[in-house]
Amino acid sequence: MRLRLVPQETKWDFFARPTLWLGISGALMVAAMVSFFLQGLNFGIDFRGGTTIRTESAQEVVIADYRQAIEPLELGDISITEVFDVTFEEDQHVTMIRIQAQEGEEAVTADMIKKVEVQLQTVAPDITFVSVESVGPKVSGELINTAVIAVLLAIGAVLVYIWLRFEWQFAVGAVMALIHDVVLTIGVFSELQIKFDLAIIAALLTIVGYSLNDTVVVFDRVRENLRKYKKLELKEVLNLSINETLSRTVMTSATTLLALISLFVLGGDVIRGFVFAMIWGVIVGTYSSIFIASAALLKFGVKRDWSKQANTAGNKFADIDA
Amino acid sequence: MLQIDLWKRVLIWLTCVVGLLLAMPNAFYPRVEAHNDAVADREVGIVNENTEALIAGWPSFLPSRLVNLGLDLRGGAHLLAEVKVEDVYAARMTSMWPEVRDLLRGERSTVGTIRQQPGPETELRFKISKPEAIQEAASLVRGLARPVTSITGAGASDIVVRTEGDTIIVELSDAEKLASDQRTVQQALEIIRRRIDEVGTREPTIQRQGSDRILIQVPGIGSASELKEIIGTTAQLTFNPVVGRASDPDASAGVGNKVLPSLDEEGVYYIVEAAPVVTGEELVDAQPSFDQNNRPAVSFRFNPTGARKFGDYTAQNIGSPFAIVLDDEVISAPVIQAHIAGGSGIITGRFSVEESTNLAVLLRAGALPAELTFLEERTIGPELGQDSIEAGRIACIVAFVGVLVFMFLSYGTFGVFANIALIINVGLIFGLLSLIGATLTLPGIAGIVLTIGMAVDANVLVFERIREELKSAKGPARAIELGYEKALSAILDANITTFITAVILFAVGSGPVRGFAITLGLGILTSVFTAIFVTRVLIVMWFERRRPKTIEV
Repeated sequence: MRLRLVPQETKWDFFARPTLWLGISGALMVAAMVSFFLQGLNFGIDFRGGTTIRTESAQEVVIADYRQAIEPLELGDISITEVFDVTFEEDQHVTMIRIQAQEGEEAVTADMIKKVEVQLQTVAPDITFVSVESVGPKVSGELINTAVIAVLLAIGAVLVYIWLRFEWQFAVGAVMALIHDVVLTIGVFSELQIKFDLAIIAALLTIVGYSLNDTVVVFDRVRENLRKYKKLELKEVLNLSINETLSRTVMTSATTLLALISLFVLGGDVIRGFVFAMIWGVIVGTYSSIFIASAALLKFGVKRDWSKQANTAGNKFADIDA
Repeated sequence: MLQIDLWKRVLIWLTCVVGLLLAMPNAFYPRVEAHNDAVADREVGIVNENTEALIAGWPSFLPSRLVNLGLDLRGGAHLLAEVKVEDVYAARMTSMWPEVRDLLRGERSTVGTIRQQPGPETELRFKISKPEAIQEAASLVRGLARPVTSITGAGASDIVVRTEGDTIIVELSDAEKLASDQRTVQQALEIIRRRIDEVGTREPTIQRQGSDRILIQVPGIGSASELKEIIGTTAQLTFNPVVGRASDPDASAGVGNKVLPSLDEEGVYYIVEAAPVVTGEELVDAQPSFDQNNRPAVSFRFNPTGARKFGDYTAQNIGSPFAIVLDDEVISAPVIQAHIAGGSGIITGRFSVEESTNLAVLLRAGALPAELTFLEERTIGPELGQDSIEAGRIACIVAFVGVLVFMFLSYGTFGVFANIALIINVGLIFGLLSLIGATLTLPGIAGIVLTIGMAVDANVLVFERIREELKSAKGPARAIELGYEKALSAILDANITTFITAVILFAVGSGPVRGFAITLGLGILTSVFTAIFVTRVLIVMWFERRRPKTIEV
């Protein structure tokens, strides 16, 4: 009568076809990199400077008309997209207009916004600007730097933490899984040309956290089983550990996805890209903790000689009692 | 076997109750906000017929702190401004010239005549006609140096004097530049705050960022341009002697002078001395008023030193024109008719009533010490914020219900315990957010939703472990105990790694990233607390009452 996402006892062999999984992951990563280098990311104004205007009007939007209205202002590269969302009213027509950073200007001038507004009113008289955001080239350059630093710092800190709590092989395995997740996420963003802005960096880092969470739980069980079954082959120990934690892995991913999907559908278009990144991250994060992190662990091997250490050395938190 | 000391239970429940009490005001947001505003108004003496009713709307013995809503939820304007600190160096050098000139004139017999030379604005360059006395002249100028007034720069002097052939070059020392930057940004911050307060909006955030930047966030304001108009104007008022008039901006002004355009006469330029006689800093008051022809004007009053300088100058220069300069534009250049004592005056120009009122506000608040450039600006309309709150709320509720149902279906009674813990968890997050006065942003809401999803993870770990332990048939009590014990290291390791990323996000990130990091980090703390302590107490209490022979998880 209880809902079970995975059978009570599983004995699946996750390492039966190691080359297949590594091959798929490798191919996907290569595809992601190729896409990234060929197309590049669709950077938002946070990272490349410029202005975005969100407009709202009760009238149907004809993008070509909007474009024609703004064209005479000679503002350089302009992109106009209509936004659709289930939370909008019947007569709520929303567009996002992006204008490139203007030569010699740090941020947008009030003057320019006014001009754009006047021009657009010839097409849609009731148009309102519900948000105007403008980032100068100086700040956007810094934002890229800090974002890259944040991701590298997070990965580095985690590497150190796992190294301290486990063995270096675990840390390398976990970080390989992380890199896999980050690369695939960036790949998806470049392939689908979803806007990549500051919030996506937050999502990337959460993916780092989530994927780790998963990996650490599996590794924790591996560590425990390595002590428990001293004679068992490493591959068997890994398989056993993954199978034992599989129910939990799937449960947690399911609840997290449940929450994220409701946010994706109902949370409005402003954070949709952000939530998409996280959904994608949860899926690849779950996959990578089994097929990348554990596979890497199998490849590197683990020092099995635990005898010299006290039995609880790596498990000191267990002494805490409620 | 399954035991928790009474004092631990009390402590756990107490924590929950306090957390939920702190979170409670957020459930009645508009009412509590009205109450808080009314209390704040009463403190400064603004009372109307509604005040008491609004205050009574929320009992004063209950906590009344609320989660601040970020700009993306409330609507408003965000600006990141950079203070051009170099402006101040130039102004310092300009004002130093008369001092240097007077000093060296007194020593004319040794150094000869002196002539100012053009050069970068942050330097003062001049030649002397007797190059052999250059070192003496330089050391005389060095005598004008003052010690730097800052803690780190103590002992250093404020100017550096060097020589190049027969030219002496004076500029600010590095220590003084540092101290000057510090003062400039601090002063700019203070003036921006005063100007925004004069306009009177709710809870503006005005904070320094980095060495020379200021972040300004004002909720509820119409647009960033409006905000820029209030704070972006330098309002640098000076009174300069007029040297002559010119018809084009490139007219040669001569060293020590500059060409400034007229504010309202097209094509008219004035050549004025660069060093002002009096500046707006010596104003004590400015009010909008009208001149004798009933046109809008601004009347002002100087402080005693300003009044003395102004009086002395007008007494000595009757008949010559005098320029009133605002932000490098000449408002007017009246001819001095008589000695103006008493230190008050009136500025006339072609103002509208609104302009004269604004100018008075700006003059009263003080001039910005340097120009601001805006690096980033964002305007979020209040409707968009409202939509985002609405969407976020619905998404949260759906996510919440989904997870509750899912947990119940998967774990039955134990799922209910996890659900109670989850509800307490969300309450605690809001309680903590209110307590530390954090700001909730849209990514912050996403952080909470993510926490809802992940908070059950710790419980899932424990429950799955109890299931496993039950298989080895040790009896329910022992299985529960072992389940908690053995799941602990996984829970802690998993959450600590996520917490590390949250901390890094908070430290390195800005804006939306930070808002997300706060809720994620707090969510991890509360979810570990509820999973390890709250569900455990719940399960133990249930177990003590029922004493089941077998349990199903």
